[in-house]
Amino acid sequence: MITVKELTKRYARNTAVDQISFEIQKGQIVGFLGPNGAGKTTTMRMLTCFLPPTAGTATVAGFDVLEEPMEVKKRIGYLPETPPLYPEMRTGEYLEFVGKLKGLSKPELGKRVDYVCERCAVADVRDRLLSKLSKGYRQRVGLAQAIIHNPDVLILDEPTAGLDPKQINETRDLIKSLAGDHTIILSTHILPEVEQTCEQVIIINKGKVIATDSVNNLQSRARGAESVIVEVAGRNGALDSAAIQSRLEKVSGVSKVLFKEKRDARNIFEIEGGKGRLVRGDLARAVVEAGWDLNELRPSAMSLEEVFLQLTGDQAAKGAVTPKEEIAAKGAIK
Amino acid sequence: MRNVWIIWQKELRSYFVSPIAYLLLAMFAVIFGFFFWNIVGYFVFTGMESQMRGEMFPMNVNEQVIRPLLSNVGVIGLFFIPMITMRLFSEEKRSGTIELLVTSPVRDGEIILGKWLAALSLYSVLLLLTALNFVFLFKYGNPDWKPLAIGYLGLLLQAGALLAIGMFISTLTKNQIIAGAATFGVCLLLWVLEWVSGYETATWAQVLSYISVVTHIGSFSKGLLDSKDAVYYVSLTFLGIFFTARSLESLRWRS
Repeated sequence: MITVKELTKRYARNTAVDQISFEIQKGQIVGFLGPNGAGKTTTMRMLTCFLPPTAGTATVAGFDVLEEPMEVKKRIGYLPETPPLYPEMRTGEYLEFVGKLKGLSKPELGKRVDYVCERCAVADVRDRLLSKLSKGYRQRVGLAQAIIHNPDVLILDEPTAGLDPKQINETRDLIKSLAGDHTIILSTHILPEVEQTCEQVIIINKGKVIATDSVNNLQSRARGAESVIVEVAGRNGALDSAAIQSRLEKVSGVSKVLFKEKRDARNIFEIEGGKGRLVRGDLARAVVEAGWDLNELRPSAMSLEEVFLQLTGDQAAKGAVTPKEEIAAKGAIK
Repeated sequence: MRNVWIIWQKELRSYFVSPIAYLLLAMFAVIFGFFFWNIVGYFVFTGMESQMRGEMFPMNVNEQVIRPLLSNVGVIGLFFIPMITMRLFSEEKRSGTIELLVTSPVRDGEIILGKWLAALSLYSVLLLLTALNFVFLFKYGNPDWKPLAIGYLGLLLQAGALLAIGMFISTLTKNQIIAGAATFGVCLLLWVLEWVSGYETATWAQVLSYISVVTHIGSFSKGLLDSKDAVYYVSLTFLGIFFTARSLESLRWRS
């Protein structure tokens, strides 16, 4: 659906996007992940024909953004970082205006406005002035205008920025429900968002793509061997941690036992197994057979956050550009 | 063309749902009303005076009322035009709605034309309001309507040119106040440039005076349709629209 080849955007002093390439299949929902200032918005603006690229090509639904911008624009729904609302308009009027602008014919228009109002849950504010809407509603009206002409591709720039947790969840669910009909690219600097909503993730930093993969693959790629968190407690009084450790080490398939911490009677260990080996069952049996309580046993999946830091950290080490602290300090990672 | 119409509708609507249009209409009506009352009063006064002295001066409503009134409207217009154009693009840039317009399947030219026509339409409504006053002239006198119509045509042409320039200026900034003030400055300059012709006849003075918008409104106020002056206004309009288009395009290369 979207093919980007060595797309570059250079400004007088800096390069915002540096030869990025990726491909997105129809119906996919792809997360565009990177710290603030990584070039996410610039890339999206090039895809929506708002900014012309300096070099490279981008095609949307088979149309080049430079050669046939009109065809591309017809097929794209775009929600910029701040929803492009006219404060003096009412929700319904606004959606009609955008629908007409996107080329909907009169009979279609009414139906589509009804549909998107329903879909984005803004039907109850249809007659309200946009300037009077809350942030959550503004964002949903923004989404509604993006899908009004039923575009093939939806480009959403930080769709959940500035919303409260409940609104964030609602917006994410809405976006997820839109996948399938539309190919969706959404940008974010919030990692759990990608984990929750996207199938595919493109990690971008300093204008370069540093990883493109499915969310699952990325997690397991960074994780390597399986590791498990085990919490063991004694029935009566505290247990000797060293004794538990040596018992756990004897379980077949365990390659390393790491004592993490001791809280009252609870001992927490992180256990690494050999690659591809499931040691959880054996561990549970070993603990129970020894007469201890097994409070917790869970795989310690590496969060995307760690993957992200690992990847951008590697980059920093190679190119010595962005130290992790700087990314964190900017509030990029939450 | 359909897109021009959509943009035109939206712009005109936003003038009329906000207080801008009503404020302008009210102020324009009051100021024009005052001029009208003043000039008609003076006309009546001269008429009575000439009767009292027993000498008959030739009195002409077209020459002595309509012509000065129309040139006054031309000058008042210079003050009102910045208020009409200042928000055209700067507001879209500030609120980010420009991104919606530019990423929609609409040509830049259609956006610009729609906005310019909306501004011109609002100005036409202002002019229409002043026409109410002339109803009284026709009721109590018998002026010739043709020079009046040509005078109005001149005012429209002048407004078209200045609105295009104001529109261009509003693409340059996100700040409405800056756009308004700069447009006001340019309008004022285009007015006062004509003053040099009062005492200087050198080529440079003629050039300056030619650039001034006021120089060209004279013939229209007199009721003469001079193609030279019409060409001046039309080319100024094209220049303004052309610059707006270039500026809108450069927005994308810069931002």
